[in-house]
Amino acid sequence: MDKVREAAMAARSKDVRNRWFLSAPALLVIFVAAVGPLFVMLLYSFMAKGDYGDVRFGEFSLDGWFSVFFQRDLFDDTFGLADAHIAIIWRSIKLSLSTTILTLTLGFPTAYFIAMRPARNREIWVFLVTIPFWTNLLIRTFAMQQVIRNEGLLNNALIWLGVIDSPIQIMYTDTANLLGMTYVYLPLMVLPLYASIERLDFRLVEAGYDLYATRLQVLRRIIIPIVKPGLIAGSILVFIPSLGAYVTPRVLGGGKNMMLGNLIEMQFGGGRNWPLGAAISITLMALVMIALLIYVRNASRNGGGHA
Amino acid sequence: MPSPKFDIQAQPGFSFVALFTFFALYLPIAALVVYAFNDSESLSMWGGFSTRWFVSAWNNTAVQDAAWRSVLIAVWSAVLATLAATMAALATTRSPNYRGLTFKYAMINQPLMVPEIVTAVALLIVFSRIKVWTGYSGLGYLILAHTAFCIPFAYLPIRARLESMDLTLERAAADLYATPWKTFRRVTLPLLRPGIVAGFMLAFVTSLDDVVITEFVKSGGQDTLPTYMLGQLRRETTPEINAIATVFLAVSVLIVVILFLLNRRRQ
Repeated sequence: MDKVREAAMAARSKDVRNRWFLSAPALLVIFVAAVGPLFVMLLYSFMAKGDYGDVRFGEFSLDGWFSVFFQRDLFDDTFGLADAHIAIIWRSIKLSLSTTILTLTLGFPTAYFIAMRPARNREIWVFLVTIPFWTNLLIRTFAMQQVIRNEGLLNNALIWLGVIDSPIQIMYTDTANLLGMTYVYLPLMVLPLYASIERLDFRLVEAGYDLYATRLQVLRRIIIPIVKPGLIAGSILVFIPSLGAYVTPRVLGGGKNMMLGNLIEMQFGGGRNWPLGAAISITLMALVMIALLIYVRNASRNGGGHA
Repeated sequence: MPSPKFDIQAQPGFSFVALFTFFALYLPIAALVVYAFNDSESLSMWGGFSTRWFVSAWNNTAVQDAAWRSVLIAVWSAVLATLAATMAALATTRSPNYRGLTFKYAMINQPLMVPEIVTAVALLIVFSRIKVWTGYSGLGYLILAHTAFCIPFAYLPIRARLESMDLTLERAAADLYATPWKTFRRVTLPLLRPGIVAGFMLAFVTSLDDVVITEFVKSGGQDTLPTYMLGQLRRETTPEINAIATVFLAVSVLIVVILFLLNRRRQ
């Protein structure tokens, strides 16, 4: 009997060993070109900055982390808050939340609409949402620029309609960032929402109406609570990439309306302050991890998300 | 009690918002495509229908270069990522939980969790040092970086396919004295093929579309089509950029449509 069990255990541990060999290439590539560099960056954030970019290797310093939130006054050497950085962090959070709310406002009815189509047509509608999702983000941002620039579609249409006399400046404002990110990340909201709404049991809705609920009450008290996991999944899926957005604010927001991604880039370009750039990157990552944790906690409480 | 005509699924205004959303989703893309056929030099005026910007983009050596490099990197990274992802999927499915399985999931999905800009600067830090140490500054860095973030995209459909696969056929093969390798080649692999094809295509599109990581990892003169376009967007653009974007769009849409049809046939 023991021998049989031993043989089974040997076979099992051999199987597990084979499984490690099989997954080795993927793990190795991701370690070398994704996870590992993050650890190196963490080290860099604690080093002194070099004069022409890079760092002074092995020279420990907290300046990078210090300058994320504080700045030293040049004249009297006192400390003050780094207003510019805090403004950018705050703008990133604010814009990401606004983007999430706007995508939700547009995405919820859209997902609902798709879920209510006859079953054989739904696939086509979902596909229509998927196409923009799989096309290049830069191209979609550029496409948005065609609509909102001063001689763009929107301004031309408004002037033609007589609503305005001269173009409204949308490009290079926070509104441009907001519209661009909403446009670019909208599919990320619609898809998980649709997955939730599609499974909605309409007998519950019917029961609500039988009990004299209004449409708004049915929506608020029955539909939304049931599809909440999809709602949260969609919100997180939009919030996270918005927070780390780089291309959209660079193309639409211009230099004055930087977000965290652009602030990071600056430290590695003209700013030549790699430790600070590394520290901001890690701050951004921490913000993302917090959002993810909220999602995971919520998903496990709801018995698995629908993302 | 609701009247027989009362539609319990209806919500006021929802269809309107939904149709507006679809309109808003496609209007900018339509504008971009239409302006690619604009004869006028400037983007603001319509100067009649013309395909001259496509011709000029086609003859632009910088564009040719960038396009070729994009495809080269995408093919290499998609092949490598699909290979690694297939092996990893075989190693992480159809088994009782074992120690390290969660770790593997976390590692494979890691590129999806971290903002691209963060990975991009981390790679810049590491690769710039390696470039100095080794003196090598070829496309290898870009291919390696792309392979890493393509793995999760290739992994998803392959794993999904494996998990829904029937184990009895493989058992039958083993009962008929097939070696494990033969079982894999003659039974598992053919059954897995749709997943692998889907994974490869997702990886290919993902690599082709990448801007941020490429922008930070590339050495001088290693523009891909997206980073070339990003550079052009800094200045006044001509409809040539629209023409390039239109062709790029067409290729992406084509790939996605093929994926959709493959998926549909399978069902």
